[in-house]
Amino acid sequence: MRTKLNDSLLPTPPGAWTLFSEFARVGLSGFGGVLPFIRQAVVERNRWLDDREFAELLGIAQVLPGPNVVNLSLMLGYRHAGALGAFSAFIGLVGMPLLLLLGLAALYYRFGEVPGVRGALQGMLAVSAGLVLATGIKLAASLPRRARTLVPMVLAAAAVGLLRWPLVPVVAALIPVCLALEWQAGRLDRKDR
Amino acid sequence: MADLAILTQILVQYFVLSLLSIGGANATLSELHRFLVIEHGWISEARFVELYALSQAAPGPNVLFVALFGLQIAGLAGLVVSLVGICAPSSLLAIAVEKVSSHPRVAPAITVLKRALAGMAVGLVLATGIVLARTADTRLITVALTAGALVAILRWRWHPLSAIAVGAGVGAIWLG
Repeated sequence: MRTKLNDSLLPTPPGAWTLFSEFARVGLSGFGGVLPFIRQAVVERNRWLDDREFAELLGIAQVLPGPNVVNLSLMLGYRHAGALGAFSAFIGLVGMPLLLLLGLAALYYRFGEVPGVRGALQGMLAVSAGLVLATGIKLAASLPRRARTLVPMVLAAAAVGLLRWPLVPVVAALIPVCLALEWQAGRLDRKDR
Repeated sequence: MADLAILTQILVQYFVLSLLSIGGANATLSELHRFLVIEHGWISEARFVELYALSQAAPGPNVLFVALFGLQIAGLAGLVVSLVGICAPSSLLAIAVEKVSSHPRVAPAITVLKRALAGMAVGLVLATGIVLARTADTRLITVALTAGALVAILRWRWHPLSAIAVGAGVGAIWLG
């Protein structure tokens, strides 16, 4: 699906090792959620996708069940290096932070009561909230300015974020609406031509 | 062999949950709480919250809290079974979708699907940010940290890790 123009902008497609090390780096950096770091690695550092393509792939990763960032890494890994690529990306993203987390869990049970540790954890959580919001804003800026894209964005953010409605019914209600609007817009495009 | 029975129960339950977990790992948290704490009593309420907070404070995908719950219930075997259970079905589905998405007959439909859902997807990211902020920002200092991180990333183009480091330092000194 890539155009020639995009291909010429791409560095060499990543192999299994690059996928592993890039996603391990992402996983080990990702405090309070790895999405900001995946976007940084995929869009800014390696230019495997641009912001718009990233938002689109994220859309698929989000409507599929399972952890969004894991889906995203599997799909990117598979696209570039097949099954081994998907596996490498997964082990990098999930396996490496898991080892670190097990070490931290052991430390936490010993030193978790120290006030400085509690405070540092709270401070990091507060910053990570800002990081996720910043990622959302950057991705929002990459979207086309049209009602059928922006209205579902605002509705999803408000229903799940502000009203705290359960996610599955919200997504289940929005998907058919989004698809119908996109399908109708596509039909109008064809009529115009 | 009580452990084996528990492991089997977890695996079966997580396989189903994996295929229902639209919107990611955090969406499964309320269901995991019902299953592990209320229905079976395998984890105490306090430990459940503690392990979740720990997984949020450590780097890595959110789904890792599932691994900590598994470790708590049945040690290393519990960890492996939990992660495989929650990840395998959804992972195979994601790879299958990626595999067929380049097929010429499927590709146009996938393109429409991606375009149609991009707005909602970004909305869900914003929602996660809002929920996180509401959980974390209980004091003036934490509100300032969230707002500061937002400005540092969007205006000053800081690296995310620098912002995290500042948050940890400020928190260790003033939030302890």
